[in-house]
Amino acid sequence: MKTLKTILLGLALILLSCGDEEKKEQHTITSDIPVSREMLAELTAPPNVPTPVGRRKAKKLIVNMEILEEEGELTDGVKYVYWTFGGSVPGSFIRTRVGDEVEFTLSNHPDNKLPHNIDLHAVTGPGGGAESSFVAPGHEKTFSFKTLNPGLYVYHCATAPVGMHIANGMYGLILVEPEGGLPQVDKEYYIMQGDFYTKGKNGERGLQPFDMQKAVDENADYVVFNGSVGALTGDKAITAKVGETVRLFVGNGGPNLVSSFHVIGEIFDKVHVEGGELINENVQTTLIPAGGAAIVEFRVDVPGTFILVDHSIFRAFNKGALGMLKVEGEEEKKIYSGEIREGIYLPEGPGIQNMPTTDEIVESEIPAKSFKEQMKFGKQIYMQTCFACHQAEGQGIPNAFPPLAKSDYLNADVNRAIGVVVNGLSGEITVNGNTYNSVMTKQMISSDDVANVLTYVYNSWGNSKKVVTKKMVDDVKKK
Amino acid sequence: MKATVFSLFTLCLMVQSIMIGQTKDMVLIEGSRYIPLYGRDSTVVEVKDFKMDIYPVTTAEYIQFVETHPKWRKSKVISLFADKSYLADWKMDLKIRDSISEKNPITYVSWFAAKAYCECQGKRLPTVDEWEYVAMADETTKDARVKPDYNQQILAWYEAPRTKENKVGQTKKNAWGVYDLHGLVWEWTLDFNSVLITGESRKDVDKDSNLFCGSAAVNATDLMNYAAFMRYAIRGSLKAKYSMKNLGFRCVQDLKEQR
Repeated sequence: MKTLKTILLGLALILLSCGDEEKKEQHTITSDIPVSREMLAELTAPPNVPTPVGRRKAKKLIVNMEILEEEGELTDGVKYVYWTFGGSVPGSFIRTRVGDEVEFTLSNHPDNKLPHNIDLHAVTGPGGGAESSFVAPGHEKTFSFKTLNPGLYVYHCATAPVGMHIANGMYGLILVEPEGGLPQVDKEYYIMQGDFYTKGKNGERGLQPFDMQKAVDENADYVVFNGSVGALTGDKAITAKVGETVRLFVGNGGPNLVSSFHVIGEIFDKVHVEGGELINENVQTTLIPAGGAAIVEFRVDVPGTFILVDHSIFRAFNKGALGMLKVEGEEEKKIYSGEIREGIYLPEGPGIQNMPTTDEIVESEIPAKSFKEQMKFGKQIYMQTCFACHQAEGQGIPNAFPPLAKSDYLNADVNRAIGVVVNGLSGEITVNGNTYNSVMTKQMISSDDVANVLTYVYNSWGNSKKVVTKKMVDDVKKK
Repeated sequence: MKATVFSLFTLCLMVQSIMIGQTKDMVLIEGSRYIPLYGRDSTVVEVKDFKMDIYPVTTAEYIQFVETHPKWRKSKVISLFADKSYLADWKMDLKIRDSISEKNPITYVSWFAAKAYCECQGKRLPTVDEWEYVAMADETTKDARVKPDYNQQILAWYEAPRTKENKVGQTKKNAWGVYDLHGLVWEWTLDFNSVLITGESRKDVDKDSNLFCGSAAVNATDLMNYAAFMRYAIRGSLKAKYSMKNLGFRCVQDLKEQR
C-alpha cells in the first residue's frame, strides 16, 4: 500500500512537471513546431502590411503570388516596364510566424516574356526556393518551406540575369514573427528602397528602357522608395497621430546601393538591426544593405511632416529617395516649440543686404481714387519697371525696344496692350512701320498698377487718352 | 497501325511536294565556326551550311497545317504532346480569335507540334547553335555581338510588352536576309534543353544551378551575355509540351548535298 502511494505520488509529480512544460510551449528547435490547419496568407501591396500574427499557432500557410511584367510610371512623364511580384514594387508583403509551413505557389502570367523564380531569404534550402520555383510564362510552380528563424527578410527573383530582374523591381519583404508575435504598435508600414537605371537621364520623358551599362557601373538615375518617385509623398504619404507608435518594415532591394535610412525629425526608439533579433535603441540613421532589411520603431510626439530619406542625401533630393510621414495632433511645445522669434543678424563690417524676392504680387496699398492719382501712381510704376527699355518719353530704343509714344500698335487695341503687360510678349511685331523682334517678360504687378501704368502711357506722348480700369485688367487676366 | 503511320508519311510527302514553293522563303546560311554567347570561353561550335526560313511560321500557315493534320488540332492533340495552353487563342479547331491576325506569328505551340510542322515539310527545327549563329547578325554585320547597339536593341525587346501582336517581317532584315529573330517572339529550337541537361558546358558546375544567382555570374564576363542569358533562361524554363503566348518557331533545312 505504501509503495503504491509513493508510485502514485511519483506519477502525479511527473504529470505536474509535464504540464508545466506544456504551458511554456517554448520550442527551442523551431523545426519541431507542429502546424495545425491551413490558412490562406493575406498579401498586401506597399505601404500596407497584413494583420499581425498575434497569438495564433503555427499553420500551413498558403501563399499564391503572381508575377506580372507591366508598364508603370517611375516619375511624372517617365514610363518604365516593371517586373513585379504581385503587381507592385516592392512585391506583396508576406507575413508569417516562426514554425509556419509555407506552401508557396509562384505563377508566371502568360503575357510575360520571361521565366522567373523567387529566392526568399527566409528559406533554409538551396537557392532559397529559386531552384524549385523557376517558372516559364503561363505556368506555375509550387514548393514548400518551414520558417525557422524569426526576422524580416528580403525576397527577390534570381533568374539570370539576376541584376536585371532585381533592377526592374523584382523584390519584396517576408516577415517571420516570433512566437506570440511582435509587440503591438499603433501603425505599421512597408517601405522598400530600390535603385533604377534608365537609358535616358533622370527626368527624361517617355518609356525608358533599362540601361545595363549604368547598372554595371552602379550609376543610378533613380533611387526611390516603393518603386517610384513620389510613391510616399503628398496624398500617398503614410500617416500617424501624435502619441502613436509607428513601426516601419524597411527593406532594400538594391540591386546596387546600400541605404542610409533616416527619418528627418525623428529618432528611432528601437531598431531591429538588419531585421534580426538584435535591438539597438535611440538610432538616428540605420544602414540597410542591398538585399537586407530593418524594423524601426518610434513614437511620434509632435505633429508635422517627417521626411523619410536615404541620407546619402543627393539620392533623396535629386534621385527620388524621399517619402513623407504626416503626423496629426496637438502641438507639444515642450518637445518642439516651432519658431519662437526671428531677428536680424548683422555680422561685423559691411554685409551685403539683399532685397527679399518673391513671386507674389502685392496689391498696391492705396488704390487710385482719381484720374490724377492714376497718372501719378502710373508714372511711378513706369519709372520703376518700364523706363529702362521704353525710355523716359516713351521713345523706346531703335531696333531693340519699340516706342510707346504715338504708337499705332499700342493705340489699336487696349486689351492687347493689357495682355502684353500681364502675360508678356515675344516674337516679331510692327510698330509705326518698324519691326521689332524681342522679348518682354510678364510684369509682376497688381491689376491696379497695370491699370495705372497703362493709363499713364495712354495719356502721355500723343497717345489716344484711354483710361484703363482695374476691371478691364481683371477681365483680360480671366481670359 | 502500320497503315496509319504509312498514310501519315505519304501525307507528309504530299504536303511537302505541295509546299515546295516554300523554299523560296528560305535563305542559305553559310556555316562557320564560332563561340556561342552562352558557351564557356573555349567552346567553339561548328555550324554547317543550311537554309533557314526568313520569317517565323505565321498563324495562316499553321491553320493550313492543322487542316491537313487533324491530330494537331486543338481538340485532338494528345496532352502528352501539348499542354492545356495549346492554341489558347484559337476559338475552334480551325478558327482563330478575332483579336489575332493570320499574319501574326503562330504561338501557343508545343515543341512537339513545332517539330511535327517542320518535319511535314521536309524541314526541321534549328539547333540552338544554328539559331544563335544566325541571330548574331544585325542589319549589316553577320557577327554584331560586339556592337553595343545590337545588345541594347535585343534587351529593349525583352522588356517591350505585347510584341507578339505584331505581324511577321516588320523588324529589320538581318545580314543573312532573315527577319524577326529578335523583336517578335521567342522561338523553339530542336535541342532547347540540351544545355541544361547534359553537355560539356556543365561538367564543373553544380547540376541545376548555372542559371541562378551566383552561378549565372560565373560565365557572364561581358555585358553581351545579358541578352544571351535571357534566351538561355527562357529555354531552360521550358518543357517540350509547354505552349506559350510569346513562343513561336521557324524551320530550317539541310542542304541536299550534305545528306
